[in-house]
Amino acid sequence: MRTNDVMLQTATKVVTFIILMFAVHIFFAGHYTPGGGFVGGLLTASAIVLLMLAYDIETVKKIIPFNYVMMTATGLLLALGTASASIFFNVPFFTHAYDYFDLPLWGKTSLHSAALFDLGVYLVVVGVTMTIIQTIGEDE
Amino acid sequence: MRNSLREERFSIETTIVNILIIILISVGVIFSVVTALGLVRLPDVYTRTHAASKSSTLGVMCILGGTFIHFWLREDHFNPQLVIAIAFLFITSPVAGHLIGRASYMSGIPLAEETVRDDMKIAVEKKKGEQK
Repeated sequence: MRTNDVMLQTATKVVTFIILMFAVHIFFAGHYTPGGGFVGGLLTASAIVLLMLAYDIETVKKIIPFNYVMMTATGLLLALGTASASIFFNVPFFTHAYDYFDLPLWGKTSLHSAALFDLGVYLVVVGVTMTIIQTIGEDE
Repeated sequence: MRNSLREERFSIETTIVNILIIILISVGVIFSVVTALGLVRLPDVYTRTHAASKSSTLGVMCILGGTFIHFWLREDHFNPQLVIAIAFLFITSPVAGHLIGRASYMSGIPLAEETVRDDMKIAVEKKKGEQK
């Protein structure tokens, strides 16, 4: 008998966006308040897992057409690139830099290269979690 | 200095805010206790889900609301995460209760002995008959 998932699917449509927004917030808040790449990545992965629970894996693959293995590789490359970019400025490996910029919408903002490293962590966490869950979930 | 501090502490606004916070958090705690009592005392899964998903949602929402008002009006710190948490709980926990109840009905967990009428059984049988 085909089950009726209207409640779950409708709630998922709203809740997924709240979780994704919160994940982005947690990711960017990581420098001054609790949060960061790891928690943000896990929250994003949990939003996608919720989509997979409400709909099926094929539909979610159509909605979010990412290759999660490539995503993990990109994250690792980004982290390694941020760490090794300091070599070109004649400072030790993993030295970070920051400066203040005048962005059009935000005004005076301090941008730190550690955020790029965090983005790498974020991509690796999302990629690894989703790879694990997809490979387990598809194995019939 | 000491006098002005005392005046601030006993002004009418802080009194109202304090009373509001105390009422909200007490109501939340009482509803949580009612939830726990319902989980222990009610006879079957369905009535227990009913207790857990309704009163605990309201209880936790009241506690979060009290916390939000405390940090907003006493500590002067507007915390939007608490508002999001209230909205999130309001959406998700009734859905969770619904899904638990539905899953347990579909896996054939018996209803309480006091049950007099079961409309879901008729609906499920009708649906099964349509698909045969």
